[in-house]
Amino acid sequence: MIKFENVGLRYGMGSEILRDLTFHIAPGSFQFLTGPSGAGKSSLLRLLFLSLSPTRGLINVFGKDAASLKRADLQDIRQDIGIVFQDFRLLDHLTTFENVALPLRVQGREEASYKRDVIDLLDWVGLSDRLHVLPPVLSGGEKQRAAIARALINQPKLLLADEPTGNLDPTLARRLLRLFAELNRSGTSVVIATHDLGLMDQFQARRLVINEGLLQIYD
Amino acid sequence: MRATSPISNSIVPRESIAANALTLVIGIMTFLLCLTFGAVSLVSDTASSWKNDIAREVTIQIRPADGFDMENALKTAQQIASGMKGIKSVSIINEAATARLLEPWLGAGLSLDELPIPRLLSVKLKQGERVDFDELRRQLISAVPGASLDDHQAWSDRLNTMAGATVFIGLSIMALVMSATILTVIFATRGAMSSNQHIVEVLHFVGARDNYVAEQFQRHFLALGLKGGAIGGVMAIFTFIIIGIWTGQNIATPEGDQVTALFGTFSVGLIGYAGTAVIVVLISFLTAMTSRRTVLRHISTLDNK
Ligand SMILES: Nc1ncnc2c1ncn2[C@@H]1O[C@H](COP(=O)(O)OP(=O)(O)O)[C@@H](O)[C@H]1O
Ligand SMILES: [Mg+2]
Repeated sequence: MIKFENVGLRYGMGSEILRDLTFHIAPGSFQFLTGPSGAGKSSLLRLLFLSLSPTRGLINVFGKDAASLKRADLQDIRQDIGIVFQDFRLLDHLTTFENVALPLRVQGREEASYKRDVIDLLDWVGLSDRLHVLPPVLSGGEKQRAAIARALINQPKLLLADEPTGNLDPTLARRLLRLFAELNRSGTSVVIATHDLGLMDQFQARRLVINEGLLQIYD
Repeated sequence: MRATSPISNSIVPRESIAANALTLVIGIMTFLLCLTFGAVSLVSDTASSWKNDIAREVTIQIRPADGFDMENALKTAQQIASGMKGIKSVSIINEAATARLLEPWLGAGLSLDELPIPRLLSVKLKQGERVDFDELRRQLISAVPGASLDDHQAWSDRLNTMAGATVFIGLSIMALVMSATILTVIFATRGAMSSNQHIVEVLHFVGARDNYVAEQFQRHFLALGLKGGAIGGVMAIFTFIIIGIWTGQNIATPEGDQVTALFGTFSVGLIGYAGTAVIVVLISFLTAMTSRRTVLRHISTLDNK
């Protein structure tokens, strides 16, 4: 689904923070992306989301060379890749419902056509009683789940999540992990960036470990 | 389960401090620009009416000579002038009137017959028609010796230059205020946009097309521009009306007469109102386009491609 070949990344004139990355994210797969803080996990997620171009190497997304994609193609591909930012990036002036519906709304769709889906999804993540609440009123865990619901509303082929359990207590983190597992069982590929070893121990999955710019894979 | 609220929030927040500040700035700049426009159009109208007034009357002077039949000469000159195209009326300034004109210098009770005093004919011109003064002058001189035509050319040339300079200064001020308005509106719009950057980013990352994002902001800022512009424009029109009423009331007082003499009655007229409307529309459009460009420029930095 997404293939990296000898990908390297550097910011500006600095040294390469990612070197010679070669791996494949298969359809329906589940993997943790891990490594110490500052290793380049978020950067690698940005590469996967195509919001960053590699300084060298090839990235192939859904059978297309990422470097040759036009801006409009890129926005099409984003409909198939959901991302959960570390800082959620919910819009504070929109309700939970509206935030989650945003990816559909920007496609110009009528609210009536997706209302049911959004409500069902919010129900699934346990936010059915928070539909009309603005994000500043939500707790950290609720914001997290709203951000995840927004990433999923388009039924993407791939879900990227950056430190999704970062600010959560262990119980909530476990619930969230179950959510991702359930999502994966229904066919979505999942990449979770985390430095939380305890979290990874709870779920048998492939691990991509970044260390000193190099990637090691533990299947 | 509760139904979602029927009225959804707009993607760009309607109310924000930045938006209110922008509306205010647009209102003030529109007001100032409209006032400048009104004042400049008034001054340039007035300047051209000076020219018209002065050009609507010319004088024929006839100098007497020995054995010269003045009455006959006046009649001939009157006939010639009346026959010309573009001339409304020609009247001979009679002896009594001429004597009155000269009284301050020569004292009362003098007989014009005893003195070689030149006599005058006042020639009123039709408005908007050209008179061939050279032809008139040629005919007069050949028919009446001692006749001369004063078409106030030197005076009206000077006035022309002055009116031109006045209009030029007015237009320069207008250009300066307009530039200041454009720059202020652009920078204020960019300032208001900077508080919305995170919205642009989120929309982009949930897959919105560039044009869709730009349109959301463009529409919102067009509305802000129209609101601010309308406030400024209405204030300007009120100001025009109030000054118009004020100068109208003062017309009988010496101060009022002075103002009236210089500027006519202070009525900005259709051009002023139409100009105000055009200014409001242009400023709103400028605001919308600036927001669009700011959005597109920001999006282009998001994907480091
Ligand atoms: N936009 C950027 N410009 C320059 N350097 C960056 C940028 N983003 C990240 N970095 C640097 O790249 C390295 C990896 O960062 P990041 O991908 O955020 O790591 P992680 O998510 O694993 O903590 C860090 O040293 C960070 O300072
Ligand atoms: Mg990170």
